[in-house]
Amino acid sequence: MTQPAPDGLLAAEAAHAHGAAQSVRQIFWRRFVRHRLAFGSLVFLVLLALASAAAPLVEAALDVDGNLVDLFNAKQPPSASHPLGTDDLGRDVLVRLLYGGQVSLAVGLAAALCAAIIGTLLGLLAGYYGGRLDGLLMRFTDGVIAMPILPLLIILAAIDLNKVGLPQALITSESASLYRIVFLVALFGWTTVARLVRGATLSMKTREFVRAAEALGASAPRIMLVHILPNVVSPIIVATTLSIGGIVLLESVLSFLGLGIQPPLPSWGNMLTSAQELIWDAPALAIYPGLLIFATVIAFNFLGDGLQDALDPRALQGEE
Amino acid sequence: MLSYLSRRLIESFLVLAIMSLLIYALIGLMPGDPIDIMIFSNPEMTTADAERLRAIYGLDQPLLSRYLAWLGDALTGDFGYSRLYNQPTLDILLPRLGNTVVLMGISFILALAIALPAGIYAATRPQSPVDHAINLIAFAGISVPPFWLAILLIILFAVTLGWLPAGGMGDGRDFWADQRHLVLPVLALTIATVGGIIRFMRAAAIETLRQDYVRTALAKGLSGRQVIVGHVLRNAMLPVVTILALQMGNLFSGALITEQIFAYLGMGKTIYDAVIGNDYNVALAGLLLATLTTLLANLLADLAYSWLDPRISYQ
Repeated sequence: MTQPAPDGLLAAEAAHAHGAAQSVRQIFWRRFVRHRLAFGSLVFLVLLALASAAAPLVEAALDVDGNLVDLFNAKQPPSASHPLGTDDLGRDVLVRLLYGGQVSLAVGLAAALCAAIIGTLLGLLAGYYGGRLDGLLMRFTDGVIAMPILPLLIILAAIDLNKVGLPQALITSESASLYRIVFLVALFGWTTVARLVRGATLSMKTREFVRAAEALGASAPRIMLVHILPNVVSPIIVATTLSIGGIVLLESVLSFLGLGIQPPLPSWGNMLTSAQELIWDAPALAIYPGLLIFATVIAFNFLGDGLQDALDPRALQGEE
Repeated sequence: MLSYLSRRLIESFLVLAIMSLLIYALIGLMPGDPIDIMIFSNPEMTTADAERLRAIYGLDQPLLSRYLAWLGDALTGDFGYSRLYNQPTLDILLPRLGNTVVLMGISFILALAIALPAGIYAATRPQSPVDHAINLIAFAGISVPPFWLAILLIILFAVTLGWLPAGGMGDGRDFWADQRHLVLPVLALTIATVGGIIRFMRAAAIETLRQDYVRTALAKGLSGRQVIVGHVLRNAMLPVVTILALQMGNLFSGALITEQIFAYLGMGKTIYDAVIGNDYNVALAGLLLATLTTLLANLLADLAYSWLDPRISYQ
């Protein structure tokens, strides 16, 4: 721990003198806002989400069609009707970036949520039951962590869904590639949450309130979900927020390699697929999508870092 | 120690065996099968011919018996022929594994050489401007899309400045000229790796600096440098080594992207090309080699652990 600066001490004294009792939520919010990078990231991400959601409005305002291929207007420089120019197929870059934002953010959030749910359930089971189940689940987790994930994902992404026996309507729908990538990422992304929840559950299950619930005859699922889960929520939130950046990155890599989100559905990754050929005559097209991925991923990482500092209970007790 | 080592080896081979079955089954789910490809290339083939070929290649057998047959061959070192290259699979993969080891090895050592001092330096001055700057760089390294970074490097060094080749392997005539092809891939992979290691190192060093023995060492009059080198570095390395071993899979993923963009003939690019080109034997053997590499890295990390921390003895 660093020595608190004198003026920080004074401020703490002053807060005490005021006698203003603060709720945990207020403390958390104050600590979070103080983390300027994290707060700035949150603002950026909210603005980005709003802009992406407004993609159809922008499309209408500019009077362009984001999916219309117009080879006569390919690789145009920025103009009034195309603020960021057009891509190699003559589509408006700004509109496609915004629609791509919808896809990338949706994949990031959905996959992180699914992974968090899987990880939480496995972590609760391993931590609460312990013993052989714990050993088995944690070995399994170690195995998944050690796997070379990208090559495996490439194979999984190349699988012919007709051979797995999924309903035809699902396979041929336009967003099939979206569901597939959410599923694949969740399949490998749950390990961090599982370990954290297991650790927290191990320490929670020896607490008096859990013992009391057991003595009163509460069922195991009830103890895990009602008594333990609410107490292990903050590490789950932190780990999940931190994982979103990685997922956005993974989605962009797979889409870039042609195995993630399938065109014409735009994602920031698949907008860069042809970037390598374009760097000679239209380098700007290779810049924008990557810049957005970079900004989004770093914002989620800052946000997670800020949440981690703000939600750390050790620091919380030290402060008040 | 020996019994621990043998147990871990047996465990690793068990994991490898399970992975091989899993990957074998998954590859069977990829679009088309070898006979479909033959039918495409030879329009005169009849359905009866196709069935006969399926029987010859054993493709009409159930999955498990096909897997066992493959496993039997594989154990004798026979991983079949590559469809794309018309060579035995291992003849393709082994030289490329060598290329990847060169790429990954140099990048990893460079990343360590930058990240360890940077992480410790930041940890000794928490919340200082230098710490913030190092932290920012580390976050940027973790967050930058590796393929985009590679493209930016190509735009800067190959297109704009014209200093370095944009990709490829060199023609093998001049050894040092060929090494110029390695510079950009190594740079890209190092930048993609270094951020994570800096953050781990910084966190571990901060934790170690809080320990009583560090205060004792300072109290008995050792200089800051002596304390860092003699007391902090080795202890802070412990958690970092574990994480680094787990990062091997990540490093391999990074290598795949880097190789793909720079047309560097390594394992990652070979696996990718094999999956895209329906070259089942190469894809299967390549993935297993990649898995084996990460398992061995984990084992090495465990051994490094007991070397760094003599309190841990493996019984």
